[in-house]
Amino acid sequence: MTSRADVCVLACAEAFRGDGEILAAGIGGAVTVLAARLARLTFEPGLLTHDGVCLLTGDVPALGRPPEVVEGWLPFRDHLWLVLNGRRHVMLGASQIDRHGNTNISCVGDWARPKAQLLGVRGAPGNTRCDPTSYWIPRHTPRVFVPRVDMVSGIGTDRGAYDLRRVVTNLAVLDFATPDGSMRLASVHPGVSVADVVAATGFELTVPAEVPVTREPTAAELDILDRLDPGRAREREVPA
Amino acid sequence: MNVPRTKVMTAEQVAAGLESGMTVGIGGWGSRRKPMALVAAVLRSPVRDLTVVSYGGPDVGMLCAAGKVRRVVAPFVTLDSIPLEPHFRRARQAGEIEFTEYDEGMFMFGLLAAAHRLPFLPTRAGLGSDVLRVNPELRTVRSPYGDGEELVAVPALAMDVALVHLNRADPRGNAQYLGPDPYFDDLYAKAAARCYVSCERLVDTADLLKEGPAQSLLISRSMVTGVVEAPGGAGFTACEPDYGRDEERQRRYVETGRDDEQG
Repeated sequence: MTSRADVCVLACAEAFRGDGEILAAGIGGAVTVLAARLARLTFEPGLLTHDGVCLLTGDVPALGRPPEVVEGWLPFRDHLWLVLNGRRHVMLGASQIDRHGNTNISCVGDWARPKAQLLGVRGAPGNTRCDPTSYWIPRHTPRVFVPRVDMVSGIGTDRGAYDLRRVVTNLAVLDFATPDGSMRLASVHPGVSVADVVAATGFELTVPAEVPVTREPTAAELDILDRLDPGRAREREVPA
Repeated sequence: MNVPRTKVMTAEQVAAGLESGMTVGIGGWGSRRKPMALVAAVLRSPVRDLTVVSYGGPDVGMLCAAGKVRRVVAPFVTLDSIPLEPHFRRARQAGEIEFTEYDEGMFMFGLLAAAHRLPFLPTRAGLGSDVLRVNPELRTVRSPYGDGEELVAVPALAMDVALVHLNRADPRGNAQYLGPDPYFDDLYAKAAARCYVSCERLVDTADLLKEGPAQSLLISRSMVTGVVEAPGGAGFTACEPDYGRDEERQRRYVETGRDDEQG
């Protein structure tokens, strides 16, 4: 049976469609890493994937397993080079995101004296300025989808983002295909209504007259996903 | 000038060479290959008001918890397997420290600039983001070539002292990493006026190539002021292949702010 998590992984994998021979970099957690590997094993075989540390894998191992074949070395310094070079599509997380795709992972509240210090901007400014970028947000709520982020870490379409592709959440797929580059509802996941998504979004979303339902994985895609994630770590990341 | 045949010293002697108000760079990345034995010696010393330059992990958290820090210069502070560093968070939320926040790639360019004795290096990373808002001292430059592109001028991250931990070193300071990632430890060594290396094991120069190829000799003795033999000296952070991260000790650290095995 297809779960919500399966749909989310596939929707994230679809973000890498057409990317060719570049690094598909899923950051953190199970869903984005599985998405890159699923895309490589199905419709986008040229993709490069990594082991989460510093190896480019020649094979496509299951989650948490080391590769049996290594095809390259990507220590942090080369990762930072790759960011500037642009041959990388990264799927980031965000604690806050606004309607133009500006995101915050640095701190909540006033930067000078934050209510909650988070990670720091990490690589988000460079990633979004130099690379194709998508987001995976496992909890679509008005606390995350805010009118204004407290600290712009990743830059949005109104601040010179290089190429913001899509935002995948536990409820829907969103993109920026509007005249002013603001967020648009691209599809709702099976069992989710447009009203659910609108209610969970803290700013005005562009909603087309016809909103398609997010594609469900095929039987072959589900088989690959089960092989990549036999422990179903993806289910723990996506609230039902 | 005569060059000493050995630069071997203790962690206490390294800490004794530091002064309050210095800028100290710390190698490694997040909770990986941090020079925790050297950091512990700094914690036991009287120095304070440090500016700490780091791809931050528990090194930053511990120094903040102990009140040693005036300013943190970093793109993040994390324990990797535990995303948020609790002691850095507390210090930030209490307004106890100043913070200079960089993008990861900007930060590398700051290290590269200092290592090359350049005043700055240009990059696109940071443009459009609030990094430029929260650090109003950052300047932009315009390319002098036909493109005329505006870029961020990342200032050199020059340091008084750098502290790094590697797998092997010889008594003169040639230092070797045997794990999969050099991180930026060679840049810290080149960017600082003085660099102190701690190592898992001191070996004779003639034995350096027994465990790794010439490419694993990351830091030359010409960049090194002192060498400390400190088995387990990365504390609970990872020091592959000698050991991985000690997740249990890291969890205890999160609870207490101290690593009791380092005192």
